[in-house]
Amino acid sequence: MVKNGAEILIDALVEQGVDTIFGYPGGAVLNIYDALYKNSDRIRHILTAHEQGAAHAADGYARATGKVGVCLATSGPGATNLVTGIATAYMDSIPMVAITGNVGTSLIGRDSFQEVYIAGITMPITKHNFVVRDVDELADTVRDAFRIAASGRPGPVLIDIPKDITAAKCEFIPKGKVEINETYEISDEELQTVADMIAASERPMIYYGGGVETSDAGDMLLQLQRKADIPSAHTMMAIGCIPDTEPLSLGMIGMHGTVSAAWAVERCDLLVCIGARFSDRVATNTKRFAPSAKVIHVDIDNAEINKNIGVDYAIVSDAETFLEKVMPYIKEAKHDAWRAQIAEWQTKLDYVPKDDESVIHPHQLLRTVAEETPEDTIIATDVGQHQLWSAQYNGRKHVRQFLTSGGLGTMGFGYGAALGAQVAFPDRTVVHITGDGSFHMNLNEICTAVSYNLPVITIIMNNRVLGNVRQWQTMFYGSRYSQTDPHRKTDYVKLADAFGARGFRVSNIAELRDALREAMKRTGPVLIDAQIDKDERVLPMIPAGGTVDDLVTE
Amino acid sequence: MEKYILSVTVQNNAGVLARVSSLFGRRGYNIDSLTVSATTDPKVSCMSIIVQGDHMVLEQIMKQLAKLEEVMHVVHLEEDSSCCSELVFVKLHTPDVSVRNDIRQLCDLYGARVVDTQESEMIIELSEVPSRIDAFLDVISNFKILEMSRSGVTAIEK
Repeated sequence: MVKNGAEILIDALVEQGVDTIFGYPGGAVLNIYDALYKNSDRIRHILTAHEQGAAHAADGYARATGKVGVCLATSGPGATNLVTGIATAYMDSIPMVAITGNVGTSLIGRDSFQEVYIAGITMPITKHNFVVRDVDELADTVRDAFRIAASGRPGPVLIDIPKDITAAKCEFIPKGKVEINETYEISDEELQTVADMIAASERPMIYYGGGVETSDAGDMLLQLQRKADIPSAHTMMAIGCIPDTEPLSLGMIGMHGTVSAAWAVERCDLLVCIGARFSDRVATNTKRFAPSAKVIHVDIDNAEINKNIGVDYAIVSDAETFLEKVMPYIKEAKHDAWRAQIAEWQTKLDYVPKDDESVIHPHQLLRTVAEETPEDTIIATDVGQHQLWSAQYNGRKHVRQFLTSGGLGTMGFGYGAALGAQVAFPDRTVVHITGDGSFHMNLNEICTAVSYNLPVITIIMNNRVLGNVRQWQTMFYGSRYSQTDPHRKTDYVKLADAFGARGFRVSNIAELRDALREAMKRTGPVLIDAQIDKDERVLPMIPAGGTVDDLVTE
Repeated sequence: MEKYILSVTVQNNAGVLARVSSLFGRRGYNIDSLTVSATTDPKVSCMSIIVQGDHMVLEQIMKQLAKLEEVMHVVHLEEDSSCCSELVFVKLHTPDVSVRNDIRQLCDLYGARVVDTQESEMIIELSEVPSRIDAFLDVISNFKILEMSRSGVTAIEK
């Protein structure tokens, strides 16, 4: 059937299983929005306040569901407003397709109104991008974009469509959803080598990341850990794969990970890294990371092997395939002395914050959230101290329930991500945990939550300062608080009211509990302004470039 | 710092050169030279890239290039298992006959040829492997070089 480009775009999106997109209209995408109007029964469009919110929402939707998230913006500023959201998805390997309109083909290159070369701008922050130059290529371009976004190590793909292409007509030939059937070949010798290295180890340790979340391989990993008696620690991107309460889990690793995890990496004789990348927030000092260990690296992306640290043995595979194939080769083992040593570190060295019901300590706030919300609650965070506390005391037991900008560290990510997750799962509780600094970046999206009646619960850990930077200033810059104390007078209860949401101000745990119970009635979006002390710090901490010897615990 | 020659087969799409050079820029890899040329297939181009770095950097560059959607093959060409060549033009100041004769002698020694002669200038051309060109330029720099242009290397596997 002959259709115009805009209609073909809709058909091609529906063909790929898309039922929800996040976006914002504009001149260059008028044809696409006209087609969306006519196809509103097939694709739900969520209008955000700002294109950045749309990009983060598509990202949050993808993180919560595992499907490809889709966002749409017009040319020029619409497209550039997506950039932070695309980069955020890129750094965390999130499958996303971003669609931008552009000026008509004849106007390209003439500095036309709202023209920008978004393909050039997004080259380093996408897996690939396309400029559609012929309507005949449009449908296949959409298919390619979805294949690239979801295959291998996932990531964002951008499709830029000039306005005349959305009006030009051609035949649309349905081809069906792109099926991704990737297989990773691992030889018997490779599997045997890994198993032998594990069997030969007296002090083995596993460190895993987002790759385990992406392939939902937490259960299998725990099975392997139990079989060979190997403890593990996870990155911020792998929260919930294995609950932190598991005896074999040492919790989070890295700059703000547990002390026991840091010592386990320091003293282990074998470190198996699965689906992680030795980032500078984990391998704070790459020259002294796991100094006495042989290192095995399993990753889906060959380019990660030997990128940040040189490893002794590498397997290129997704986590699930690797774990499934290596399991029969793994011998049952016990490492009693090693486990006893770790248990000692846990009891003696792990940081235990003190409770105090009369104020709100961050760890108590997180505990209260876990107590008052269902187990399948999704937490989305912004970036800063609140994010690190949320990661440390996450309370998550399953994957895709902790949405955070780990790689890019995007303040302002959380609210959009929470909206995306709530749209994907209307019946589940979504809690957006933020700080007063991050929340100011994209709080405009309250209007979106109100428009679509999305009952997202935002908890602002309000310390009235830019806490994380301030903490570094306290520790490393002689308490010279340069631009981290903004003296804002924002009244979040009134703010909520002005947007048509509900707001609460709480200053102790009992009040927080009451507010959460009220919010759980789910009549609409809620903001909870939780007052915390401005000198609360994220501990423990290994400073950038430091090692376990530089650990700060008080 | 070693120099390595990479031969990269790419889809001949608009923007592919920008994509490859953007990768080098973003990851901080050093390019000595980069040439793009046609192949027998109009949909495919060949890039010959000389990069600087150590073995780890070479491994990373090759893997990162291979990840690009439009890159079809990446081969590291060793000097002894490949043919590679580069073209250089050098414009020299030649105030008198004795200088010209000296230059002509050098040219004979290196297989360079004189392609243009003016009253007090001379343009010479040499097509050779990059290391020989470096050596030639080293010697010829005893004379007054007015201008120089190198093509960058092009290479093919034996």
